[in-house]
Amino acid sequence: MSLTDTSQKAVDMAVHTGIDPLLFGITVLVLACFIGYYVVWSVTPALHSPLMGVTNAISSVIVVGALIAAGPAESNFAQIMGFLAVILASVNIFGGFIVTERMLAMFKGKKKGAGK
Amino acid sequence: MSATMSSLLYLVSGVLFILALRGLSSPETARRGNRFGMAGMLIAVTTTLALPQVESYGLIVLAITIGGGIGTVLALRIQMTALPQLVAAFHSLVGLAACFVATAAYFNPEAYGIGARGAISMGSLIEMGLGLAIGAITFTGSIIAFGKLQGIVSGKPVTFTGQHMLNLVIGLGLLAAIAMLVMTNDDALFWAIFAAALVLGILIIIPIGGADMPVVVSMLNSYSGWAACGIGFTLGNPLLIITGALVGASGAILSYIMCKGMNRSFFNVILGGFGGDDAVAAASSSDGDKTVKQGSAEDAAFIMENADSVVIVPGYGMAVAQAQHALREMGDMLKARGVTVRYAIHPVAGRMPGHMNVLLAEANVPYEDVLELEEINRDFAQTDVAFVIGANDVTNPAAKTDPSSPIYGMPILDVELAKTVLFIKRSMASGYAGVQNDVFFRDNTMMLFGDAKKMCEEVVQSLD
Repeated sequence: MSLTDTSQKAVDMAVHTGIDPLLFGITVLVLACFIGYYVVWSVTPALHSPLMGVTNAISSVIVVGALIAAGPAESNFAQIMGFLAVILASVNIFGGFIVTERMLAMFKGKKKGAGK
Repeated sequence: MSATMSSLLYLVSGVLFILALRGLSSPETARRGNRFGMAGMLIAVTTTLALPQVESYGLIVLAITIGGGIGTVLALRIQMTALPQLVAAFHSLVGLAACFVATAAYFNPEAYGIGARGAISMGSLIEMGLGLAIGAITFTGSIIAFGKLQGIVSGKPVTFTGQHMLNLVIGLGLLAAIAMLVMTNDDALFWAIFAAALVLGILIIIPIGGADMPVVVSMLNSYSGWAACGIGFTLGNPLLIITGALVGASGAILSYIMCKGMNRSFFNVILGGFGGDDAVAAASSSDGDKTVKQGSAEDAAFIMENADSVVIVPGYGMAVAQAQHALREMGDMLKARGVTVRYAIHPVAGRMPGHMNVLLAEANVPYEDVLELEEINRDFAQTDVAFVIGANDVTNPAAKTDPSSPIYGMPILDVELAKTVLFIKRSMASGYAGVQNDVFFRDNTMMLFGDAKKMCEEVVQSLD
């Protein structure tokens, strides 16, 4: 392959596929880390337990990967893995959100607390 | 559904997750935040189900029903005192799920568009290997943390010579195996990484003592996020990367706050061995001739009834005794008599971040009455009674005065500055750090020996 071909190919890639997916992923990662840093520091210490509950629930977003693995119509080893992963992630999603909801429902201020 | 459409919906889902965390900045907005989180998850799942390559709906509905059913029952049944165990158990599931997804991607890469079986692209293999390793460490590590919190595994640190060296060797071995996997695409290496990471997860948690579990649970929370991130790179899915980073950052910050609350470095906690037998032996030798003043529930009731202000300092012992409801009843009766009652929470009180706040909220204590260390510490000098229930090390003035103490430099609640200190304890045994607490022997301290819950109930009876 000549040098011109190689550089032409690089130009094609840049035009048609945009930036390298890995670089794109890293961009997203770095920005998300900054958002996470500022958002989490603003969480009041009294709600650190619910914070763990809700982060636990949303980290189960890997269910997206599990669903794709469990998705194909034909059965294979990968599909069984996906099936199991969907079960595990679902335990977390339902459990995490519900336990967080239970915790948050208990935090009452003076006005509401007096009514109960 | 087109790729553009699904990408946009995943973005919406990511934004909703950010708002879910943002809502936790105040108890008023927190529940709305949690709803945002649920909506985000619903959108993410529905979007994925609408992808063309997802066809086996029967199987998927079955899996979600089984998992969702188990999760719902667990979350509704769990006692609030057992929250740390539940969270640790949930982390282990995220870890294992990440391993399964990595395995599925490795054995059926076509489904994710990352190459063919045996010829997966290099970048994807690295991400997959890391996701698998972190997931496996999270899985077994969380199981050990769960065991220690539940009392199935001894809370004592398990240490042996060469422990850290062994962990280091396994860790480096893991990285080497991932590098070799990238070059050879060998299935045996894939399983070797899985197995080694499972073992490493156990080894890094066993040397850490029971009361350091808040740091461990936060750290594993962080790991589960990074595992999701690794899988997100493999799948080229920004939603997983965003969410993984949010969770990873959250766990890391919580670990940092916990470590600061103990004035110990993260490495000091992680390398473990704290609160072992040596410290206990050293501490118990020096308190032979000191005497304590012992009181009864009636005395405590009388003192608090005649006080203007009472600050209650709860600790893990309150959770163990399930004393929060009796304690709140006591607080209400004192309030009815015109006493100002507030609660002081140390950052590391309990077995997970914010544990005490949840228990007090469960007992219907208004959150305005519950204050953090920095908010309340200056007020102890003007407080009539400090009522310590189930806490010990976090009130120990040795942290300020004795440079040789293992807890030296740890921020503490200055209970000894209050006019009277009432200290509920089952016995004179030292706390987790194995250090004797000088507060016991002060003239203004009265020890109330007994079970925390029973003692509160007796005080309530005396107040009646």
